[in-house]
Amino acid sequence: MLRFIVRRLAQMVGVVFVLSLLLFIWLRMLPGGTVSAILGDRATPESRERLTKALGLDEPIWVQYWTYLKRAVTGNFGASTAVLPGRDAFDIFLTRFPATIELSFFAIMIAIVLGIPLGYLAARRRASFFDNASVIVSLIGVAVPVFFLAFLLKYIFAVKLGWLPVSGRQGNIDATRVTGFFVLDGLITREWDAAWDAFKHLILPAVTLSTIPFAVIFRITRASVLEVLDEDFVRTAESKGLTNRVIRGRHVLRNALLPVVTTIGLQVGGLLAGAILTETVFSFGGIGEALALSFRGRDYAVLQVLIMASAAIFVLVNLVVDILYAVIDPRVRTR
Amino acid sequence: MSESPQHGWRPGAAKKARIDALAATAAINDAGSVDEKPGVSLIASAWKRLRRDRIFLLGLGITILFLLVAAFAPLIAPHDPSARLLIDQVRPQSNPVPGPQSGFPLGADDLGRDLLSRLIVGSRQTLIVCVFATIFSLLGGLILGTLAGAFGGWIDSTVMRFVDIMLSIPSLLLAFSVAAMASKPSQWTVIIAISIAYLPIFARLLRGSMLAQRHSDHVLAARSLGVKQSAIVFRHMLPNSLGPVIVQATLVLATAVIDAAALSFLGLGNPDDRQPEWGQMLGAAQKFLADYPHLAFYPAACIIVVAFGFTLMGESLREALDPKSRR
Repeated sequence: MLRFIVRRLAQMVGVVFVLSLLLFIWLRMLPGGTVSAILGDRATPESRERLTKALGLDEPIWVQYWTYLKRAVTGNFGASTAVLPGRDAFDIFLTRFPATIELSFFAIMIAIVLGIPLGYLAARRRASFFDNASVIVSLIGVAVPVFFLAFLLKYIFAVKLGWLPVSGRQGNIDATRVTGFFVLDGLITREWDAAWDAFKHLILPAVTLSTIPFAVIFRITRASVLEVLDEDFVRTAESKGLTNRVIRGRHVLRNALLPVVTTIGLQVGGLLAGAILTETVFSFGGIGEALALSFRGRDYAVLQVLIMASAAIFVLVNLVVDILYAVIDPRVRTR
Repeated sequence: MSESPQHGWRPGAAKKARIDALAATAAINDAGSVDEKPGVSLIASAWKRLRRDRIFLLGLGITILFLLVAAFAPLIAPHDPSARLLIDQVRPQSNPVPGPQSGFPLGADDLGRDLLSRLIVGSRQTLIVCVFATIFSLLGGLILGTLAGAFGGWIDSTVMRFVDIMLSIPSLLLAFSVAAMASKPSQWTVIIAISIAYLPIFARLLRGSMLAQRHSDHVLAARSLGVKQSAIVFRHMLPNSLGPVIVQATLVLATAVIDAAALSFLGLGNPDDRQPEWGQMLGAAQKFLADYPHLAFYPAACIIVVAFGFTLMGESLREALDPKSRR
């Protein structure tokens, strides 16, 4: 098991390293580039040249990459040009990352807590009205553009009804920061109003972000339960006279959850992409919003760090999923 | 297949395992159709099942309606979609968006252009974006996947390492990144961005089903008859891999429509709005959202309905082509 994990981690480092090289070359080959992004279109050739020299962009690309790598090892990934001009790109990632984790955590929790039981119920009542309706709803859920849903929820629940805050992570509350997860901070420091306020700010973005993972988890659970219900060992269990509770819990659910676990891991990548849209609509201040800002402002230093980080997180989460898989399914361990 | 279905040691193994599971249905299809009458092709037997599937028919109906509207858009649209007919009523301060009135059932946009006509004509560009994005990613995936799956060896490992790295970036983020690279965003940069994002999925899918077939009986039979390698690949292996690819393509059609809207929302879409496109209309409507939500609502509804139709078709196709779900 340990060897497996170490090998996978080494693989991950390899992927991130190659990705960093590809991204670096790609980002620097772009027309326009950083200089135009900083100075705008009307800069004089002299000032352009000065900035090109100052940023080291006149050197051959492999020299630039080597410099970049040397600095990156010391934690210096270059300065942001658009998101927070002058700040180190990695700093921006670190300060914004907790917001995205908090948001994604709540979103995936909503998706799991609703998706698995509903998928199970739909499968047990196959072809009933409940089954058909929930399948249709989940298919519509996938067809709705995430940012439009965000606008819609914001318009109804924040603007028209005024039940929930419009944007941001916390209102005007003097809250103590410990971990950067605002709800958790409020709970640790016993500032209940701060925790409650941060939670209210989370509801709309988290619900928005949860729709696609919910739809996918729901459908996979349903399909997987249907498949397992048809297996011989379920029939054996029934003919042995086991109670329904034991059959469902030990035989059906446990076997049906395997593909669901894989799916949950896969959805994390989608959450990162969805967070770009959701966080932008709700001005949530996580790495998703930073990605949107750096796409708009062509902030290459930040883009490079954030895309690499996203890939690393995605690969890491899938590693965790594969380990979980081995925990749930003893058959995998022997391979 | 030489590897276990879990692909335990590769990054992103779970995602790939799912693509591979879909790919494997191609190989099963051969064996799965023994109960059909001889001479009935896979397509014919799938159509027989689909004809009775109400969900598929609903999706097909929506798609046909969409195609008809796109085909006859200039004849159906009451006005020229780019003519600023109601520009006189536009007051940037008090009334930026003219409301519904006779001849203009949905009102106009902030440049006084008829909203209904723009929606109808917009179906054309939307169709172009999703169809070309799907075709391009399909072709790219076809080339990479066929290379890797048909030849194996070092070609396979090189191509698949490259595909794996692309798969380690979430699809939508990949599309955003590619679109952000374009110095002059246009409809074609949107199409290319979306097609690159979904290309690795097609590549992996095709490679998987090719690999599954390499040692299957019909390929072995062809090889022992002395059929050329290229003929085996193109006439025997490729046609048998197409089932899952068609399913995936139908689903990419749906996501392409939605992703084009997301690109416009982030300012990475086509800035030229003389030829309307739904995603772009939705992206442009965000600045009026607080006061004139209908501007966003109509294009969003069109996108949702069309994406829903494609998804319904894709999901029913997946069930029809998967022998396990035949009951």
